[in-house]
Order: sequence, then structure tokens, then C-alpha cells
Amino acid sequence: MKLSNAKILSNTPIAKDVYKMEFECDFTDQAKPGQFVQVGLPGFEMRRPISISWIDGNVLRIVYKVMGKGTDFMTTLTPGTELSLLGPLGTGFPIVKRDEVLILGGGVGTPPLLMAAKAYLDAGAKVNVALGFNTKDEVFYASEFEQLGITPIICTMDGSVGVKGTVLDGAKAYNIDCPFVLACGPLPMLRAIQNTYTEGYISLESRMGCGFGVCQGCVLVDKSGMPVRVCKNGPVFPIGKVVL
Amino acid sequence: MDLSVSLPGLNLKNPIIPASGTFAYGREFAMLYDLSVLGGFVTKSVTLDARLGNAQPRIGEAPSGMLNAIGLENKGVEFVRLREVPFLEKQNTEVIVSVAGSSPQEYGEVVSHLLGVDCIKAFELNVSCPNVSNGGMAIGTDPETAAMTVRIVKQIADKPVYVKLSPNVTDIVKIAQAVEQAGADGLVLINTLMGLRMDLRTARPLLGNVTGGLSGPAIKPIALRMVYQVAQNVNIPIIGCGGISSAEDVLEFLYAGASAVEVGTANLIDPWACPKIIEELPNVLAKYRLNSVQEAIGKALPKTN
Repeated sequence: MKLSNAKILSNTPIAKDVYKMEFECDFTDQAKPGQFVQVGLPGFEMRRPISISWIDGNVLRIVYKVMGKGTDFMTTLTPGTELSLLGPLGTGFPIVKRDEVLILGGGVGTPPLLMAAKAYLDAGAKVNVALGFNTKDEVFYASEFEQLGITPIICTMDGSVGVKGTVLDGAKAYNIDCPFVLACGPLPMLRAIQNTYTEGYISLESRMGCGFGVCQGCVLVDKSGMPVRVCKNGPVFPIGKVVL
Repeated sequence: MDLSVSLPGLNLKNPIIPASGTFAYGREFAMLYDLSVLGGFVTKSVTLDARLGNAQPRIGEAPSGMLNAIGLENKGVEFVRLREVPFLEKQNTEVIVSVAGSSPQEYGEVVSHLLGVDCIKAFELNVSCPNVSNGGMAIGTDPETAAMTVRIVKQIADKPVYVKLSPNVTDIVKIAQAVEQAGADGLVLINTLMGLRMDLRTARPLLGNVTGGLSGPAIKPIALRMVYQVAQNVNIPIIGCGGISSAEDVLEFLYAGASAVEVGTANLIDPWACPKIIEELPNVLAKYRLNSVQEAIGKALPKTN
């Protein structure tokens, strides 16, 4: 964990209310798939926890959705501006030996899965990807996965593009029966995945105070009733471990 | 520059103490810096039995501040004695254990489990947590119950007892005087102010606990005012707390009558906040022509005869 004054290199919209921001950052060598950074914003007391989507040399990429005043302010930032990043934080996706994986991303849960997909490809696995969005204006990252040689199954709830329905419907429509899943997305999606699959990992979201395990702000409870810190023990947990 | 401060039970090499609930038991921070640079630190509050804390969400933002409603989540005093004390023993700094409970008796019971632990230099009674339904702030906002809690603990404790007061009262001086008369060795003020935020999407309060405790720079003027008021009306030392994030903030609290300070929310925003403040403090003291921390304590208080 380091504190870095990271220079913004780009900040561009890639879908409705969704932006891609790239930084020049001095802790990229430590970052693993599924970890996150705490983004400090001038004029805002609290940092914003946002997953790391991609690392290329000393360039760190995040993808964020405009959810409130802080993320709205982020859209106004121009290249050259420096932001304080704390990271890399949390426990990411374990890269385990598998012949095949199924990656399921929902909305802004998709970004951290890009780096995870690359890691599994590098480890020799066949990687299937299904990405879910509400509607076609919100779809992003298909080309990023294509650049890795993966053709993602695009799903939209309104059927405006791709398979109509959820990522689970998408995987079914393409007869993907891989039992090992990596997923990140909204809570209803993760609940459905936890009810459908028993092998793999999901990445969770929670409102955080510190992001490094001391304040107990983001705590959820596991199946045995013990508290787990999303920021430190997670955000990635084995499927079935945490009560959702 | 002499930064040292001597308080009941505490030989502080400098007046900077991370506040309860923002430092856990120090393990995460010990991986970032040597805890011996600190004057001391206060542990997360411990209760007799383990507690799970409040429903999510527990954290919200506020202008220049943070709202939290953790709800005293902790693993209970026996866990602390068996699993945390061995770690605390290895830290070359003054350890203050924060104690909480649902009743005055529970505070005493918690302390009785920690007797004879040499590395614990003092107890801090958290009678001011605004985020629990039993005990907590209910104890610290009533002078008689607060005083009773102090008396019970003082009969048992083998270390000095500090009381962390709630700002959610009409007259904090009354409470301060009540716990002083009950035998408290020192005061810590202030804990968080009770606040509320709404979630516009759900039209419900944002926090699972409905209300939460406001901390951070937003509460600094309130904390300063309370330290200044109480310092003129008690004869026991005060540790100031509330929105401190710089050496200049520290000096303000010293001037107002605090003998040392606790730094809370700033640790969550910048994990290195305390070492940075400690490094900067000599320069700030020198800038205002002070030769020691001691010289600054109470400098702004009206002169008494």
C-alpha cells in the first residue's frame, strides 16, 4: 500500500454516465487483478474506492460511474491534474489452475474483470465472458475483451442489444456449462450467481471508510456469522462465503 | 524541541495519539510505520462479549467530515487479552485501551479482565458512542450515570482512567465536572456528534443505524470550544480530539487547554497522517516562538488568580 500523487493522463466517457480514467502512478507494479484504489478528491473528505481495471507499465486505469457529487466532480477533471491515490488495496482474484473459466460482469462491475481475464488467459485457461447491462447506451468494454482475443456475450435487460436478460441468461443461451466463475456486478446479480454456482470468486462492493482494514465500516457477515472486511479480506471472496 | 508530555500513566514522547476506532489494534499501521514514533495510541473500543455492530451502510460522507455508525463491532475482551495483548506488548509506545459497555457494571467487568497487563498504560472509557442503543452515549450524557461508571471502574482499575465525553449534551462542563469528582484521571473530548443523512434514491436515511457520528474537520471548532470551556472548569488533564489533521490543528487544541491530542478520521484518509503531523509539529511550534509543547498548553486560556 502506497500513497501516490497520480497524474491524470485521460478521462473519457465510454458509455452513459461511465468514464475511463488513466493515471501515471508509482505503485502499478504491486497491483493485482481485483484490487482497488482509494481516490482522493479535492474538496471531498472521503476517498472513493474504485477497482483497478487495467495496468500497462506505470499507467493505471479505473472506470467509474457517476453516482453522486464526488464522481460527478471527477468527470470535470482534465489531463495533467494530480489526484491522491491510496493503493493497491484489498485481496483480489486468486489465479488458480483451471482449464476453463466463466467471467460474468454486470455494469460497472465489469472493469476489474478485464485484468482478471488477462491473468487467466496467461495461466492457460479458456476464458468465456458474459457482460450485462440495462440497455445498449450503457454497454462498454466489449472491444477491450476483444483485444484479448475474447468475444464477450453481451446481454441487456431490455434486449436492445445482444441477449435479452441477465448474464446468466447469456451464458445459458450460448450453452456455456463451465462451473468455475469469476463475477462482479450489482448485488441482485451476485445473489443469483451465488445461488447458481458453487465454484469461483465474486467481487463485492461496500461503502468504505478507510479501505485498508481498520475502521470496520464496510463489514459484512460470512455464512458462519463472522464479520468480514470487504476492503481487506475482500473485495474478492469465494462464491458462497459471504451472506449477500 | 521538547515535544514530550507527562500525563497520569502516560509518558508521551509527543502529544499525538491515534484515536479509538480509527486505528484498530495497530496491526495494519505497524506494517506502514514504526508505532514507536507515536505518543501512544488508543485501541478500538472493547466490550465484555463480542459484538457484530450495526447494519450496512455504516459510512457516509459529510461536508468536511464523515458520518459513521459502526456500532462498537469488536471481538470481546477475552479475544483482546489473548490475541491482541501479545502484539501490544511489542509496541514501544503508550497503549490506551478503550472500554465500552451497555451498563456501568460492564465497563468494570471489561477492565477486570485486563488487570495486570503491563503494556496497557491507561483505560479510556467510551461513554459517548452515539451508535448503540444501550449504554454508550446514554451513559455519557447523564452526569450521574457517567460518574457512577467512573466510580465503578476506578475501584477496579490498576491504571489511570480517562473518560471520553460526548458533545451531544447541553452543558459538557457539568458532565466533565461530574466525572472529575468521581475520580477520573483525565478527560478526552470530544467523541462524534450525532448526525443524519438521507439517501435520495430510497427516500430513507442513508445509514443502516439511521443516525451516525459526525467526525472530521467539520467538528473541529466545536471540539475546540468544548476543550476551552472544560479546561477552565476542571483540574484534570484534557486530551483534545475532533477534526485534527495538521500540526496547526494540534497547536490550536494545545492553546485551548488540551495537554495532548487524539487524531481520528485523518488516519482513515491518510494512513501516514500521524507521523506527518509529528514531523511537522516542531516547525509549527518554532514558527510561533514556542520552545516546547508544554509551553503551548492552555496558552489561550483566561488568566486566573
